[in-house]
Amino acid sequence: MPVEPPVESPRLLADAYAMIAAGSWRPIAGGTDLLVQITGELGPPPEQVIDLWGLDELRGISVSDGWLTAGALTTYSALRSSAVVRDHLPVLAEAAATIGAVQIQNRGTIGGNIANASPAGDSLPVLLATDAVIVLGGTRGERDVAASVFFTGYRRTARADDELVIRVRFPLPAGRQVRFRKVGTRRAQAISKVVLALSWRTDDEGRWRDTRVALGSVAERPIRSGAAEAALEGALPTRETAAATAAAVAAEIKPIDDVRSTAAYRRAVTAKVLHRLVRDAGGW
Amino acid sequence: MSLVGSYRFLLNGEPIEVGVPGMRRLLDVLREDLGLTGTKEGCGEGECGACSVLLDGAVVDSCLVPICQVDGHVVRTVEGLALQADRGARLSPLQAAFLETGGAQCGICTPGMLMSAVAYLDRGGGPDEDAIREAIAGNLCRCTGYTKIVEAIALAAETGSRPMKD
Repeated sequence: MPVEPPVESPRLLADAYAMIAAGSWRPIAGGTDLLVQITGELGPPPEQVIDLWGLDELRGISVSDGWLTAGALTTYSALRSSAVVRDHLPVLAEAAATIGAVQIQNRGTIGGNIANASPAGDSLPVLLATDAVIVLGGTRGERDVAASVFFTGYRRTARADDELVIRVRFPLPAGRQVRFRKVGTRRAQAISKVVLALSWRTDDEGRWRDTRVALGSVAERPIRSGAAEAALEGALPTRETAAATAAAVAAEIKPIDDVRSTAAYRRAVTAKVLHRLVRDAGGW
Repeated sequence: MSLVGSYRFLLNGEPIEVGVPGMRRLLDVLREDLGLTGTKEGCGEGECGACSVLLDGAVVDSCLVPICQVDGHVVRTVEGLALQADRGARLSPLQAAFLETGGAQCGICTPGMLMSAVAYLDRGGGPDEDAIREAIAGNLCRCTGYTKIVEAIALAAETGSRPMKD
C-alpha cells in the first residue's frame, strides 16, 4: 500500500496561502504525478500534503486585452474542449490532446505540469514558445515570472515554498504562428522522447520574426534553442534555412540516453522535426 | 490535523460515508474499505487504466485520485453498470455487447474498459473506430488485441446505450 500522508483541503486561496507560509506542504492538484510519488518508490514521499483541488479561484479560461489566461487548476480536458482556447491559442488544445489519455487529461492540470517541472512536461515548450507568463501567489502577494526564466534546473523552478502557481497568461500577438510536435513511443500515454514547439510571425518580406524554438526531453529542463532561433530569425523558410536550422539545433542540444530513448535518437529526431516544420511552413 | 477524515460521496447512486486517511487512493477505498473488488489495480501509476471509474461522469484512474478529492462528488464503478430489474440485475447493453463480440478474455482490463466506454457513450460517442480507439487509449489489454473490444463499443453505440443515471 502507498503511504498516506496527512492532507488538508482548504476551500479558499487565502487559507492555502496562510498554510504554506506557516509550514512545509507539498501541493497536490490533479494528482497524476503526486499519487505516483506516494508509493515511495521514486524517493521519499511528502510528509504532509495541501490539496488544491477545491480552490475554484484557480479555475477558468478567459481572454482580455490581448492575453489568454488559464487558472492553474485548468485540466487538459478543459483546455481541449475550450472554445476560447481553440479560437485564440489552438496549439494549447493540440498539446493538451497529446498528454496521457482521457483519464489523465480529466485530472492533470496545466498548473501541475508547470510546478512539477518535468523536463518532459508536454505543455511546457508551448509556454516557452509563446512567451507565457506564470503567475505565482502567496501571502507576500502575486508576481509574474516569464516562462523563459521559470525553469531553473532539473525539476527546479522559480517558485518559492510559500508560493503557489495560480495561473498562466499567454500573450496573443497578431499574426503569430505556433506549431507543436510530440514524439513518443505511441500516440497516447507516452512520456515524450522529444517535444517541440515553434513560433514565429512573418514580416512584409516573408521573413520570420520573433522566432521561438522550445524543446522538452532534451535537457534537464524545458529549454529554448538559441542557435535554432538565430538560424530562423530574419530568414525565409527555404530549404537552406531548414537545413541550417536543423544543423544548429543538433549541434546545440545535449540530450542523454535513458530508458525512453537515446541521445543520438533525440538529437536526430529534434533536427528532423524542426526541419519538417520549416518545410511545411515554406510549402516546398 | 487528524490523519483520518470523514468523506461523503455518491457511489453507484447510494450515499456513502467513509472514515479513512484523506490521501488514501479512491481505488483502495473501493476495494479495501468498501469491498467493491470489480475495480482492478494494474500498474498503480496511471498507465494501464484497469482501475478506471467515473468521477462526476468523467473517466479517471482511481489509483491517482485521493479520497479527499472525492468528497461531495459522484462515483460510478463497474458494479453500478448492470440494470436493476424486478427479476434481478441484467447486463447493460454495453456489457451485453462485450459478451456478444467476445470483448473479454482474462478480464482484468474489462471493468476499466467498460467505464471508459460508458464515459464515451454517455457523451454521445458513436461507432467510429478512431474515436473509440482514442476513448480507450488509456486502457491496456494484453489479451484481445483490442479489435473485439472496439467492436463491442461500436455495437453498443449502434444499438443505443442510453446515458444512465447517477
